[in-house]
Amino acid sequence: MLRYLLRRSVSLVISLWVASVVIFLALEVVPGDPAALMLGINAAPDTLEALRAELGLDRSAPARYLHWVGGMLQGDFGISYTYRTPVAQMIADRLWVSLPLALYALALSTLIAFPAGIWAASRRGSAVDLGVMGLTQLGVAIPNFWFAMLMVLVFAINLRLFSAGGFAGWDAGFWPAMKSLTLPAVALALPQASILTRVMRSSLLETLGEDFIRTARAKGLTRGQALRAHALRNALIPVLTILGLQFAFLLAGAIIIENVFFLPGLGQLVFKAISARDIIVVESVVMLLVFAVIVVNFAVDLAYSLVDPRLRGRR
Amino acid sequence: MTILRTSMLAGALALAGGLAEAKSDIVVGLNLEPPHLDPTSAAAGAIDQVLYANVFEGLTRFRSDGAIAPALAESWEISDDGTVYTFTLRAGVTFHDGTEMTAEDVKFTLDRARAEDSKNAQKQLFAGIEVVEVLDPLRVRVRLGQPDGNFLFNMAWGDAVIVAPESIEGIKQHPVGTGPFAFDDWVQGDEITLSRNADYWGDPVRLEAATFKFISDPNAAFAAVMAEDVHAFPGFPAPENLPQFEADPRFQVLVGSTEGETILATNNGRAPFDQRKVRKAIAHAIDRQAIIDGAMFGLGTPIGTHFAPHHPDYVDLTDLSRHDPELSRQLLDEAGYPDGFTTTLKLPPPSYARRGGEILASQLRAVGIETEITNLEWAQWLEQVFRGKDYGLTIVSHTEPMDIGIYARPDYYFQYDNPEFQELMSALEAETDPAKRSEMLERAQRIIARDYVNGYLFQLATPTVADARIRGLWQDAPTQATDLTGVYWEE
Repeated sequence: MLRYLLRRSVSLVISLWVASVVIFLALEVVPGDPAALMLGINAAPDTLEALRAELGLDRSAPARYLHWVGGMLQGDFGISYTYRTPVAQMIADRLWVSLPLALYALALSTLIAFPAGIWAASRRGSAVDLGVMGLTQLGVAIPNFWFAMLMVLVFAINLRLFSAGGFAGWDAGFWPAMKSLTLPAVALALPQASILTRVMRSSLLETLGEDFIRTARAKGLTRGQALRAHALRNALIPVLTILGLQFAFLLAGAIIIENVFFLPGLGQLVFKAISARDIIVVESVVMLLVFAVIVVNFAVDLAYSLVDPRLRGRR
Repeated sequence: MTILRTSMLAGALALAGGLAEAKSDIVVGLNLEPPHLDPTSAAAGAIDQVLYANVFEGLTRFRSDGAIAPALAESWEISDDGTVYTFTLRAGVTFHDGTEMTAEDVKFTLDRARAEDSKNAQKQLFAGIEVVEVLDPLRVRVRLGQPDGNFLFNMAWGDAVIVAPESIEGIKQHPVGTGPFAFDDWVQGDEITLSRNADYWGDPVRLEAATFKFISDPNAAFAAVMAEDVHAFPGFPAPENLPQFEADPRFQVLVGSTEGETILATNNGRAPFDQRKVRKAIAHAIDRQAIIDGAMFGLGTPIGTHFAPHHPDYVDLTDLSRHDPELSRQLLDEAGYPDGFTTTLKLPPPSYARRGGEILASQLRAVGIETEITNLEWAQWLEQVFRGKDYGLTIVSHTEPMDIGIYARPDYYFQYDNPEFQELMSALEAETDPAKRSEMLERAQRIIARDYVNGYLFQLATPTVADARIRGLWQDAPTQATDLTGVYWEE
């Protein structure tokens, strides 16, 4: 186990380093001068130079790379070009919206997908199964931003149950904050839940066809008992994989939903930073996301061994 | 009995009055969030959109009709040769941090803006200043190198608001000004809150608090106003939804004019656009109304030169470039392009450019000019078009007020080089007589219109959607600002 952890940490460091180089080079190639964008079309050339010097843009690319990576190693993400505040602080503020939103959506999608998938699998071919499969088809097909707009129309504009968007802030209390995350979380959860339901169902069906289930049935268990006692745990591996992928996606990929509900999340921050060429913010957020994905994958790996004891020995 | 009744009635009225007490806070939606909160060191109009006149004030200020009014300067005297301005400041003005606003602050502000390492995006506004002297705590004298008829106008810009040395350090995060509202809080990516400044020197404002919410998505903006989460939305980003608000008695729609001349900027330094005939041909190929209707849902005023139609000195020259494809083809023929030519059309992100560009391309195709459309982000546009001058045609709205002077800069991105115009502009700068200035401005408009420097399309309009009970919002936008000083809820 120790050797395994060591190997994982080495590969983590290498992945992060490669990611940092790729991110830096990619953003070097993108044309556009942050200083020119900030000062607009009437700026005098010497004003531009002064600002570029203040931002550290007059240094060479390798020098800027080393400064950035060196800073990150010491926990300093630098100062945003446009906002002029510490990037770490900006990311932390946004995480307080994005992380709860991702977890909320993930919880919703799990709460829907597990029972629905199990139910459909246990009644394969029945009206229930067909109904669930039909709904998940719809859930995957409907673009989530469109579904989000529809919900705003119904729940915010017509029924006035929710506000049309914005984040109440955690200072306003737990429930108001959760309420303002509810519509976005539902919109995000819908396609995720649909995918997860389908994976759950097909993985269960596959396991239910295995020999050990037949043996269990032969011993006198009902189909339902066999499913709960033997099939479910064995069917979880692909489901966990999908869950891990979904979490990473929800953290970074909620940008369209964040736009529809004008939430101050991480996706919105990156989007604005890209168009403002606030390169240091883009770099740091992307690094953070790479880190998050790697950590989540690692956690999923560990979870595999929890659900399947056979995997523990192989390490 | 009568007395009793009267007092009961009075009581009832007082009660009713109490119940119907007008709201004293407002939530304003805005499209763009400011990058930081220092109006004196960025070009972002979003900063002024929140802070101008609300938090920060200059020596002079723009009124809603674009006229210049005294602000922190109570009065001024101009020397006979027009080079020395002596400002008398208002007494008893304090910044929001409690420090007094004096002539020293004015000197600090102006010297900072024109300094060598200044980050002011409109440094040219201060370029004429030679020296700023403090005469006494409430009087300051500004000496100019040469007379500048625009000086009081320049001092009204958001880039010229008065800041204090005591609070300059943290100004980007915590702006400290002299205005009727003080900055409260900024949740980045979400909102900025202001609250009433009890110690304001001028007429107290009627609102107690204001929240600016940043909503960039047009659909989200629509939903937020419809759900009444947002009470007013200046520069509403979805003009296609305006009829829906107009039909709803809960809302009012104000369509105002801006300082944005939307032009088909033409690279005068590159063939074939270096020929006046070709530029004239392009001008006659354009059907302005079709672009206004198709790209802007009918919002916008056709212009025939680079000047705002609401300005008193505006001359309507649209007829010089009326839609006449026949004439256009004939001109191309005379210029040596009987079969037309192919050029680039580079479009920045705003919808006036993207939607307008497609319509324009088809209008140009009708006379034989083929365009290759490239969509650019602002960063790319600034780099390729504005600085690199690597383009044939582009569409952009010039939103700075009174910016006809850019035609006197031969290195400007459309590369128009006309000594006659340049002389006229330097003469204008030195002229302080209003009648003569008007005459010169009219001449300037005619010169660029007759030279067909650019295709002049329309003056950008700005729609404001607001709760029907709100009064005192600016309809026109003589500068980028959301002046809340006169805003109140109707009782």
